[in-house]
Amino acid sequence: MGAPNELNLAALAKYSNDFLREVEANVEEGEWVKMCMQCGVCAGSCPFGPDWEHSPQKIFMMIRAGKRQEVLTSDSMWMCTSCYNCVVRCPRKLPITQIMHGLATYAHRLGLAPKMQPTYQWSLQFWDNCTRTGRVNELKLTLGLYFKEGFVAGVKKAWALRGIGFGLLRAKRLNPFELIRGHECKDKAGIHRMLKKAQEIEARRLKIPQFKTEG
Amino acid sequence: MAKKEYAFYPGCSSQLRGSASNYLTSVNSMCEALDIKMTQIPDWNCCGASIGYAGSGELSRHVLNARNFALAETHLPGQDVVATCAACWLGARETKEKLDASSQLMAETNEALKEAGLRYQAKVGVRHMVEVLIEDIGYEGMAQPIVKPLEGVRIAGYVGCQTNRPFGIAGESFENPMYLDKLVETLGAEPLVKYEQKVTCCGGALAFSEPEKSQKQIKDIVESAYDHKADLIVTPCPLCQANVEIYQSEINKRHGTKLDMPVAYYSQLMAVAYGATPKAAGLDGHVIQPKKLQDIAVKVVPKK
Repeated sequence: MGAPNELNLAALAKYSNDFLREVEANVEEGEWVKMCMQCGVCAGSCPFGPDWEHSPQKIFMMIRAGKRQEVLTSDSMWMCTSCYNCVVRCPRKLPITQIMHGLATYAHRLGLAPKMQPTYQWSLQFWDNCTRTGRVNELKLTLGLYFKEGFVAGVKKAWALRGIGFGLLRAKRLNPFELIRGHECKDKAGIHRMLKKAQEIEARRLKIPQFKTEG
Repeated sequence: MAKKEYAFYPGCSSQLRGSASNYLTSVNSMCEALDIKMTQIPDWNCCGASIGYAGSGELSRHVLNARNFALAETHLPGQDVVATCAACWLGARETKEKLDASSQLMAETNEALKEAGLRYQAKVGVRHMVEVLIEDIGYEGMAQPIVKPLEGVRIAGYVGCQTNRPFGIAGESFENPMYLDKLVETLGAEPLVKYEQKVTCCGGALAFSEPEKSQKQIKDIVESAYDHKADLIVTPCPLCQANVEIYQSEINKRHGTKLDMPVAYYSQLMAVAYGATPKAAGLDGHVIQPKKLQDIAVKVVPKK
């Protein structure tokens, strides 16, 4: 990630100055973007509203204004908690949460997502974790997040949050054996095959080269 | 009452020694008392949750959920898929609605499922446990097995996000859903209907990646419960439960507060009211002890 990839160059050539059309064709629920009437209810309804670089309202207008680079490198999509407050309040009934997720996915596929954004990394780790065995391994997932900036940082983080860890251990809600052998689906292999196929089909439908699925 | 049967989708956090394992324990006790038979979908898989979007794309997410549907159709024909986790329910229901509405997505999903030897036939219904309780059992039905009314317990009903939005429970408003309060009242406890943080977001999965921002949300959720003199918070969502309970100690460190508010599941309230032991109600699975519930659970009720 980081440097714009082959897919990004292909998309730039294909859509040249029409970013709205590019979003409509490639982003989940992207065809809804033009329906936004700029009322700002989404911006005011977001729990992390004050922390976004651009609210959904702004993102939608930026898409129509062709601000491709600014939209796809924005940290805004990665601030979505998936609370769906904007969705149920939008007077035009835009599936805003889904569009923000879709934009995030697209930015990732193009290699434009902000690399150091913590939720971006977290999202990739989650998908990798849950698809590896078909079920989430909570311990590996948490430790993966703590240790993503290296061993020393990981130990510090784990130490700082030790109270929570021991509390959960006492409450039998954390299993140290998950590190060795966690819960998993019996038909892991079938799950891997079907997900590989799904990625192929989606690439075929979007007429794009096969994208990387892991971070 | 005829036994009601469902294809159970417990979800990853409910597994043994998972972060919501006590949710599963209490759901089992609750269902036993209500004569509901929950059979786990054999070899069910993760729904992808809301946070997996960067890597998943659209189709893979639907394929994951459709695999569970196909397994339920094969092994538990005619039974609705019932999820206890808010995110599992949301993900599954979204997939169902999307596939029902698009023959292209349906065809693509089945093309991928074929790789796992499965086929989704679009027969299955997808519901949340709370929907089963309200629509199939009803408040009167939920009152029947009560042996220990939760008298004098003040409860802040925290519905959270994903059990409430975007789908929600039929007939309830997104801004002020009342079902959790009604359920609390049914069990003989006192619902704090003016609790303002009922549908506030706890930060969800971003409690891990954006801890400070999420803890600000959690602080509001807990402090409002104190303002209303709650004995405990109750929620239908495993991530709400975990976030709101376990980060109180971090908030105390950060802000010098003294938050110590128990957070329980609706199913734990019900299990206790139905006479379950503290263990069978999952009360041994808390970081902040729900003292009031424990007191009621250990109380011996004279046989009628």
